[in-house]
Amino acid sequence: MKNHAELSETFNKDEQRVNWHDETLWWVRQKRDKASHLIPDWELLRETASQIKHNVLSNLGNYLEQFEQNAIKNGITVHWAADAKEHNEIVHGLLKKHGITQMVKSKSMLTEECHLNHYLEEQGINVVDSDLGELIVQLAKEPPSHIVLPCIHKKKEEIGDIFHEHLGSAKGEANPQILTETARIHLRNTFLSRRAALTGVNFAVAETGEFVVCTNEGNADMGAHLSDIHIASMGIEKLIPQRKHLSVFLRLLTRSATGQPITTYSSHFKKPRPGQEMHIVLVDNGRSVQLGREDFRNSLKCIRCGACMNTCPVYRRSGGHSYHTAVAGPIGSILAPNLDMKQYSDLPFASTLCGSCSNVCPVKIDIHTQLYKWRQVIVKAGYSDKKKTLAMHGMAKTLASPTAYRLAGKAGRWVIKHTPFAVSNPLNPWYKQREMPEAPKESFGEWYKKNRG
Amino acid sequence: MLQICKMKVGLFIPCYVDQFYPKAAIATLELLEKLGVEVDYPAQQTCCGQPMANSGYEHLTGGCNELFVDNFAGYDYVVSPSGSCALHIKEHLHSHDKEEAATGIRNKIYELTEFLTDVLKVEKLDARFPHRVGLHQSCHGQRGLKLAQMTELTAEPYSKPGSLLNMVDGVELVTLNRADECCGFGGTFCVAEEAVSAKMGKDRVADHEKNGAEYITAADLSCLMHMEGILKRQKSNVKVIHIAEILNGVKETVA
Repeated sequence: MKNHAELSETFNKDEQRVNWHDETLWWVRQKRDKASHLIPDWELLRETASQIKHNVLSNLGNYLEQFEQNAIKNGITVHWAADAKEHNEIVHGLLKKHGITQMVKSKSMLTEECHLNHYLEEQGINVVDSDLGELIVQLAKEPPSHIVLPCIHKKKEEIGDIFHEHLGSAKGEANPQILTETARIHLRNTFLSRRAALTGVNFAVAETGEFVVCTNEGNADMGAHLSDIHIASMGIEKLIPQRKHLSVFLRLLTRSATGQPITTYSSHFKKPRPGQEMHIVLVDNGRSVQLGREDFRNSLKCIRCGACMNTCPVYRRSGGHSYHTAVAGPIGSILAPNLDMKQYSDLPFASTLCGSCSNVCPVKIDIHTQLYKWRQVIVKAGYSDKKKTLAMHGMAKTLASPTAYRLAGKAGRWVIKHTPFAVSNPLNPWYKQREMPEAPKESFGEWYKKNRG
Repeated sequence: MLQICKMKVGLFIPCYVDQFYPKAAIATLELLEKLGVEVDYPAQQTCCGQPMANSGYEHLTGGCNELFVDNFAGYDYVVSPSGSCALHIKEHLHSHDKEEAATGIRNKIYELTEFLTDVLKVEKLDARFPHRVGLHQSCHGQRGLKLAQMTELTAEPYSKPGSLLNMVDGVELVTLNRADECCGFGGTFCVAEEAVSAKMGKDRVADHEKNGAEYITAADLSCLMHMEGILKRQKSNVKVIHIAEILNGVKETVA
């Protein structure tokens, strides 16, 4: 399995494409800046959201029970899933019970995390993603590369090719309007013919037992309202205590995500319509473990806006797939090691620790500090390269001794000056695209001794 | 310009500045001396420990930490021409049996430009640098030490290094398209993630070039070293220079 550095190197082979990807996401970051700067109390809003989520995480068990009781009162069936496997089995069980073999799904990163589509396909269930971006990557047989903009890595011409192959649009058609229309017609038929719909959950309100799904395309509503059975999958951290708290989160979510004041649809689901079944699957899948990690607990405040990805100078130049996990970018890099520290040991290192992610985060997660802390945890757990460990021990020893340090410095400068080929060669990763610094004839320490000593 | 108070400053010159960029260290020393500060350079100093810590080996920095405490505990202030190293000390310096001294240092370490604006309260400088200059906001100095306002936040703009550069005769600061994007150095990131690191550096340099900078300056030489490597490979005419050299009144021949 390739790591982030290797996958990024592949992505960077096409520099024009990297430029395009970087500029596209930077444009989204700028839209976010414009929208947030228009709200004088923006920083207060972030702090408020952060505190509300802090309260939720500190009382998660109570809020979950309160939510469950109210949801049941509303006529919703509540299921608890300890992990991805249980979640997938619950969903499959519900479909099986109703003899359903086709399901429409609106956007849900949780189901990506659980690899639900793959699981259901193996059970003979056909799943159609109804979010346009999700549909595109599903047809391309790829995972989403971004949690809000799933096909941001695809150019419109490539989407045209995919639609030509799968949805019958004209060959070479790349007009976004026409392609969207093509998807729309395809999805209308899907909505009308599916008896089961699965949606994600953006916010679940403990005091009312309702949940809110935010979409720009109205696809969650189309699927849910036309279905006999609506299944909503949610991570247990999606709770907010009261409905009024939506006035904080709905203002933050889309401004942070895309720079829109609010999503086109903020749909509240509270009870099934007569004759319909409504189910909520509450999924843990590592969240309570993360809750127990004090240094990483507040990563669970995340509302999945994707702002940290758009601002991340590394993400913009490495692409979402380089993170080889459902949630890419800075937030994914602090969530994934919790699920599998070995498999995702590279991700906390896929950052310069520039800190921009923490500044755009609408719930003020200290993302870059957690990246630093994960590095320490991963090394201590033994998931770092042995050669690197050896080099670090040598470096630590040298730098702890002024004599050894001065000798090493002198030797290093001598090498650069007198045998430049020893460092200026393709084996040195620095030298591939950068010249080595010039070696001065004396260090500052040597100069100081002569001139001030 | 006159500083009457007699404070004793310990000068911390990070390892790679000591070895590769003595000019910036000399400029820092001379500038502080010109401002009337008594500066001392403890000869036994080496490194802040960040190269190990950022790579996940903070547990190996004990030796560096103890050495740092021994070298710098006795000063009123510790000043360094590097935002990144100053931030590392501020956030991570601890001592096994001299924790009080370590805490003292964490509270009195300053990056050079913030020391000039916040402690010395410098309002004018005797320096001339008649060039178009691009100011690179190094991330650890900017977002860590808050040397300048960050574009992500909804807050009043300010810039400590920018205000100092504006005191230098002839400096024309260029406006960048991306005011505070990371250059991609990132410590061991620069070799571990070579492809992205170099691409970030190329993009950062291009922003300065596009906007007509003759020089790129910063309060951190690590960023400048990375960008210099790229500029030289591209055979660009744009040069890098540490901010201390400009503020100290760099001589054209030295530049």
